[in-house]
Parts: sequence; structure tokens; C-alpha cells
Amino acid sequence: MELSIHYYLVISAIMFVLGVMGVLTRRNAIVIFMCVELMLNSVNLTLVAFSRELNNADGAMLVFFVMCVAAAEAVVGLAIIISMFRNRQDIDINNFNLFRW
Amino acid sequence: MHEEPLFSLIILLPLLGSLLIGLGGFMAPGFAKQEKTVGLLGTLMVLIPFSFITYAFLNYEGPVEFGLLGAVDSVNWMFGGDLDLNFTYRLDELSLLMGMIVTGIGSLIHIYSISYMHGDRGFYKFFLYLNLFIFSMLNLVLGNNMVVLFLGWEGVGACSYFLIGFWYEDMGNAKAAQKAFVANRIGDFAMLVAMMMIYKSTGTFTISGEGSILEHAGDFTGDAVWLVPLLLFIAATGKSAQIPLFVWLPDAMAGPTPVSALIHAATMVTSGIYLIARMGELFVGAPGILMVIGVVAALTSLIAALTALAQNDIKKVLAYSTVSQLGFMFMALGAGAFTTAIFHVMTHAFFKACLFLGSGSVIHAMEHMHTEEDPQDIRTMGNLRKYMPSTHWTFFISTLAIAGIPGLSGFFSKDEILTMNFLNGMDGQMVYFIVWGVGMLTAFLTAFYMTRVYFLTFRGKERFSGEKHPHESNAFVTIPLWILAFLAAVGGYLGLPAVIGHGKYHALNNWLGIHGGDSHGIGHGLEHGVEHATGHASGAVTMAHIHPIEEAHASAALEWGLIAFSVFIAVFGVSLAWRLYSKHDLAGDAVVKRRLGRLYKHMQNKFYFDELYETILIRPFVWLGRNFVMAIDRYFLDGIVNGLGNFVLFLGDGLKTLQSGLVGQYAMMIVIGVVIILGYLLVA
Amino acid sequence: MELQGLLFWIFAVLGIAGGIGLILNRNPVYSALSLIVNFFSIAGLYLTLEAEFIAIIQILVYAGAIMVLFLFVIMLLNLSKEPKQSPFSPSVIVAAVMGISFLVIMLITFTEYTPVSEAAGDLFVFSKTETIGKAMMTKYLYPFEMISVILIAALIGAIVIAKKFNYENENKEN
Repeated sequence: MELSIHYYLVISAIMFVLGVMGVLTRRNAIVIFMCVELMLNSVNLTLVAFSRELNNADGAMLVFFVMCVAAAEAVVGLAIIISMFRNRQDIDINNFNLFRW
Repeated sequence: MHEEPLFSLIILLPLLGSLLIGLGGFMAPGFAKQEKTVGLLGTLMVLIPFSFITYAFLNYEGPVEFGLLGAVDSVNWMFGGDLDLNFTYRLDELSLLMGMIVTGIGSLIHIYSISYMHGDRGFYKFFLYLNLFIFSMLNLVLGNNMVVLFLGWEGVGACSYFLIGFWYEDMGNAKAAQKAFVANRIGDFAMLVAMMMIYKSTGTFTISGEGSILEHAGDFTGDAVWLVPLLLFIAATGKSAQIPLFVWLPDAMAGPTPVSALIHAATMVTSGIYLIARMGELFVGAPGILMVIGVVAALTSLIAALTALAQNDIKKVLAYSTVSQLGFMFMALGAGAFTTAIFHVMTHAFFKACLFLGSGSVIHAMEHMHTEEDPQDIRTMGNLRKYMPSTHWTFFISTLAIAGIPGLSGFFSKDEILTMNFLNGMDGQMVYFIVWGVGMLTAFLTAFYMTRVYFLTFRGKERFSGEKHPHESNAFVTIPLWILAFLAAVGGYLGLPAVIGHGKYHALNNWLGIHGGDSHGIGHGLEHGVEHATGHASGAVTMAHIHPIEEAHASAALEWGLIAFSVFIAVFGVSLAWRLYSKHDLAGDAVVKRRLGRLYKHMQNKFYFDELYETILIRPFVWLGRNFVMAIDRYFLDGIVNGLGNFVLFLGDGLKTLQSGLVGQYAMMIVIGVVIILGYLLVA
Repeated sequence: MELQGLLFWIFAVLGIAGGIGLILNRNPVYSALSLIVNFFSIAGLYLTLEAEFIAIIQILVYAGAIMVLFLFVIMLLNLSKEPKQSPFSPSVIVAAVMGISFLVIMLITFTEYTPVSEAAGDLFVFSKTETIGKAMMTKYLYPFEMISVILIAALIGAIVIAKKFNYENENKEN
């Protein structure tokens, strides 16, 4: 059976939606972060799939950049989470509403 | 027609003068105190344009055009769509003449003012305004564009306002300035509407030349045919002080006397006449409006002359006399005799400027006696000829000129106006007979009240008190007086009656009517007016409706008869007043009062025009304003404004809950937004 | 082809299972482990796409580096379990509705996509290490350099944010 690009697209869409739902429902900041990573990965999968489909290296290149940005983001985000925890002994995002009106 | 870029100096120099004097006086108080420097600078900035215009006049070969900074299209004011407005000016027969009057008399009055305003705190300001006025007035008369003309029109109004309220510390002066401003605004509104209608009909603002309003005069259709001339006339009533907007002019005498002479006698108030003469072609197509002009003018001149008879303030008398003489000019316009109107503008500028400057000299002399009495009240004067010979003689000549004594300028122009109206009446339009009759009556009244003023001021008993006696003014005052008196005496010979040599010797008509090759001079009015005014030579004018001289209605005998009658009226008026006041002196007024009975009281009260306007216009407006404050402003407008504020406040109160500070909710909103946008893109 | 299809299905199921595990586990450590499973299966999917280099990098960077960092932080903070959440709480329902409609929209979009049938020429050159290296040093040189700047900035930022400042002492010294 021929693996058409549609299979990969559907899989990555499902993963992406899982990530979205995780972000929306979970309250632990670290888990939310991990859900974001999941979303990024699903996008990467799409990019690679299209890269092969079009026989073009641009998509693959973009994956590298996404990975680098994700790494940077994870580093900074985790640092923020650490300092949050240090101040409040808590990383439940529902308890953080300092920027309220 | 050719261009002459250098002539833009005519416009720019007075502006430069006002800027220099204004900035200099403002920045350097030392400069403001240098009265001679300031005065000479101001005078020069008018004298040089005068010499330019005179040069153009002497070397005239056809209309000359120029722009604000040289070339015609050097300053493009605004453009867009079909509109392309340049600051353009045009020297043709009419504007040259007006320009010469403005700058010529303007220079004389500048010189006069150096002495008259001596020692005044606002000396430099006075010259700043005067130069600015000359600039505006030149824009008005030279501008070849309705918008530039309107700029000048508004500019002279503003300068008039500044100068009437020159001594603004006095509440009365400030109010007089305000009154003039408001009355002028009403006319200006009509002017604006007329401009818009003209643009709509002809698609241009250019006044004359190729593709101009005057060339497109036939494009008017429907109501615009009579509405545009009517609106222009209303505009003219504001600026030129005719019923119903004339009430501001007598009050305008609150300004310094040179201002009264320059602005409120010689130049600005004649701009309405200039406007109608310039736009003459539009009026020719609306004979009904011309009749309206004639009737209004006759009424104005009669009422003003009657009022002048009962006034004791020398400047008030002259002011009402100006209104009356302006009425004469409008009578000429009403008869379609535009050149004649300009003729009277010119002669009137000479003798009225001279009279005002003479009155200024008198007032100055009276003020210097430091008596308690009002220095402008003729009842406190008398026998001044003994002390002020130059002032006396010039005033005397001008009085005779305005009274219409043959040989002096006023006689020629006034007689021509009346003859025009009489001939129009002969043509079957009975209205003009009435205008003629009223004009004759007014001419008699003019002779009478001017003689009265002259007599009570310069002859009779000395009614002033105090040890000191009045002194003649210095040369700065007397030289302009003598020049003006000379012009007032001989100015009329530019327009000898048509009956002499069939109009061959009417230099002014020849100039205005024929000189211009492109027929857009103003020498074309109603049929008989023109054919009479321009006589034989009118054949050169290309207007279709001009008859050859053979069809003239007026026989020589009739004209001589009219002239004789007019001479009789003038001489009768002068001699009657002379005998009355030489016999009774000040008590002569009582005799007049006895004869006229109740009418005299009305005359003294200026026919209640101010009171009438107060009752039917000002009070209702004030009442309306007060009530509108309550009803509209406080509840309606404030309600809207406050309501808007409260609504936004309420909205913000509700919407601020969206900003919960919870990241989860924000993420939710983002997702909802993305779903909505993507869904929309999918569906669309 | 047969093996490729089989592997695809295995990794697909594993990846989705990992994603579900991530969002359902209340213990963050279990969530992180589920995510690692997901990352590995995505690496496998890259392999079925014949993108070996990216698959290796995926394992090295994500599974190796980033997830270790996550686990390290989780354990450092010694987090308790998240409190149990009702599956029918409003936020969960809204999230589910939104997620499903989002999925539906994407699926509809994908069905409208017609693949470019069998692109001509050298197939799969896109994923060669050589191709990627050349592209990175030529066409994507400036973005590549920018990435290094971003990483340095993130490094410094992370240190500054996470460092323990004693603000009161700081103020006293000054």
C-alpha cells in the first residue's frame, strides 16, 4: 500500500489537537509546556512530510529552526517556571493572575 | 494680453511693509518709537506700487497679467479635479483705475497719518494695519480670480475691524468694530454662495480673460440668472453700506480719522460697486435685479441724507453722507451705467477723502485746546477759517464739489448718474423716474447738509471756549489736503457730459469702455446707459446690444435741461443753507426742525434702524441663544456627550472582566479565534 | 513497502497514545515519559519518510536534551499530583468542542489537497545530510546565524531569570 501524504497529515493533525486540548485543560505549567512541545512536533512532522512530497529541502530546514527555537523556548520557559515556583511554591497557572485588571 | 512678472511687487510691497513694520515694532520697541521711519517705510510701500500702476497706466497696451511671485502660475493655491487656482492678478482698464485710486489716495493718507497719529501708543500698529489694508485692497481690485478677490474682500473687512477698534480700550469702539464685522459677514456669506453658484454654472473662478466667468456669462441658466446677481448685490450692500446692512458705517467712525477717510470713504466701501461693475455682464442679463439695486440705492441715499441733516458729530455727518453717496453710485449701477458708477467712485474718493481728512484736522485742532467739550461736535466749533486757512479752503472746495456746484468734480458724476436714470425712465421703465426724483431730492439735501456742516464749522460765531485757540495742522496734513482738494476740483473733467461733443470728451468712458480690445472692460451696461455713456465711440465695443448713436433717445435739449435742473437744485440747496445758517447760526437747526416737524425727530434718531435691528434681530437671537443653552446644549448635546462617556465606561466595566490574568483563558480565546477564522476561510 | 506501511501504523498508534498519555496523566513525571514515547515515535515516522538525519536529530535534541531538562525540572520542583478534574467541567467541554472542530476543519482541508503525484528526478535528496548541510551554509546562512544568536540569548536569559537574586541585600549594598 502506498503511503500518501494524507496519512502523515492526519496523524500530525490529531497530535496537534491533542496538544491544544492539553494546553486548554491542564493546569500544571510544566505539562502545558510539554503540550506546546507536542504541538511543535506535530507541525514538524507536517513540514517533513511536505518536504518529501515536494522533494524540497526547505521544509526540512525549517524543522531545524523550529527545533532550535523550541529548545530556546524550553530553556527560558523552564527558568521562568523555576522562579515562579521559588516565589509561590506553586506552578498551577490558575493561581497566577497578577496581570488582572 | 501679456504677462509682466515684475508687477507682482505691486502686491508684495504693501505686504512686506506690514510685515516689516509689524515684526520690527513687535521685536524692537526702539523701532516702534521711530515714528518718522515707520511712517516713511509704510508710505513708501504704497507709493512704489502707485508708481508701478501709474507706469502701467501710461504704457497701457492691453490687459497685463501677473502672479503673486512673478509668473501667472507662480503660486498655485489649490488644485484638484477641474479646479486649478493660481494667485493671479490682472491689470486692465478698470483694475488700473481702482488700483490708482487705492494706492494714490492710500499714499496721501499714509503721509497724513504720520502727523495725525503722532504720539499714539500704537503708532506702528496703525501703519501695519494700513499697509495690510492696502495689500488686501489690491488683492480685491487686481485679483483676477474670485477666490483671490474674496481673499482681499475678507482682508479689507478684517483690517477695517482692526482699525475701527484701534482704540479698543474704549468699549464703544470695540463694539462698533464688532458691529462692522458682523454686518460685513452677512454680506460675505452671500458672496460665498454667489461664488459657488458661479463656479457651478461656469466651472471657473477666473474673472476675465480666456475661459473666464465673464466669457461664460451666458452659461447661467434657471434661477442662477437672477440669483447670482442678487447675491452679489447683497454682498455689495454689506461692504458698501446699503440698506439693509448700512448701519455699521456710521459707527465705524470710531476709528482714527485717516481710517475713516481711506477705508470708510474712499476705498473699501466702494469695493461693492467695483464688484458689481466688474461682474457687470452678469447683471445685464437680469434687468429686474438692476431695478432692485436702483430702488434700494435711492432709498438708502435719501434716508442717509436725511439722517445726515440732523447729526451734530462732524464725522457722523460725513459718514451718513458717504452712505448717501454710495447710494448714488448704486443708482448708477442700477441704471446699468457701470462706468458712471466708477466715475462717481473716483470723484467721491477725492472729495470725501478730502472732507474726512479736513475733519480730522479740525478734530485734532479742537482736541489740542483741551476743553471739556466733545472735539467732534460741530456745535462747539465755528469760525475756524480764521485759524485754519488751509483746512478751511480745502474743505470748502470739497463741500462745493459734493454739493454738485458746476465746474467741480461732484457735479459731473452726479449729474451723469441722474441723467442715466432719467433716460432709463424715458425708455419706459417708470421705476427709474422715481429713482431720478429721489436722487434729485437727495442731491438737494446733500447740498444743504454739507453747507450746514461747512458753515457751522468754519464760519459763524466762535462757540469754543478756553484761552488757547485752534492751530492749523502741519504740512504732513495740509499737503495731502491740497492735493485732494485739487483733484476734487478738477477730477470731473475726466467725464464731460455726453451732450458736449457726443461723449467724445468723456475720457473715462473712452478709457473704460473702448480701450480694452477684448470687450471685457466694463463699458457695457444696459443699452441706453452704454450708448449714452460712450457716445459715438461705443461702436468699438463688441457687445451685441449696443445701439448706434442714431437711436439715442436723449435729445441735446433734454440733456441741457436736465443739467440745468441739477445745477439749480445744487445751487438752491447751497444758498438756502447758506442764508439760513448765516442768519441764525446754530439756531438754524431749530428752523429746520420747525419746518420738518416730526420728521426731524426721526432724522435725529437715525430712523430707528439700530433700534429696529435690536428688536427684530438681536433680541430674538439672544433669547433663542439663552433658551437653546437650556434645551439643546444642556440636555441634548451634553446628554449625547455625557451619554457617550458613560456608555464607554459601562462597556469597559463589562469588558474588563475578559482580562482575567489567567493564561488558560487567554489560550482558550486564541483557540476560539483560530477556529472561527479557519472556519470562516473554509466556508468562504 | 510493506514494512514501511507496518512501521507507519505502529509509530502512528504509539505517537497518538503518547500524546493521550501526556494530557491525561495527572502525575507530571508520567506525562513527561508519555511525551518521550511520542517523540520516539515521531522519530520513527521521520524514518518512514526516509528523513534519517532529522530522525536522529529528533532523538538527540528532543528526547535526549529537552526532555531531560523537563524531567530534571519536574524532579527539582518535587511537584505533587495535579488535583483531579471532572471530565465535564465547562473548560474541558469547551476545550473538547474547540479541539474537535479544529480537527474537523483541518481534516476537511487535507481532503481537499491533491498530492503532487510522484515528483520527478532524484527522489528523497531532500533529507540527505549533505543537502541539508549545503543549504544551511548557503541559502539559510543568515537564519542559521540568527539561530545561534537566539540560543545564546536564551542561555543568558535563562541564567538571569532562574538565578536566585537576593534583592534586599542587593539594595543594601548599593
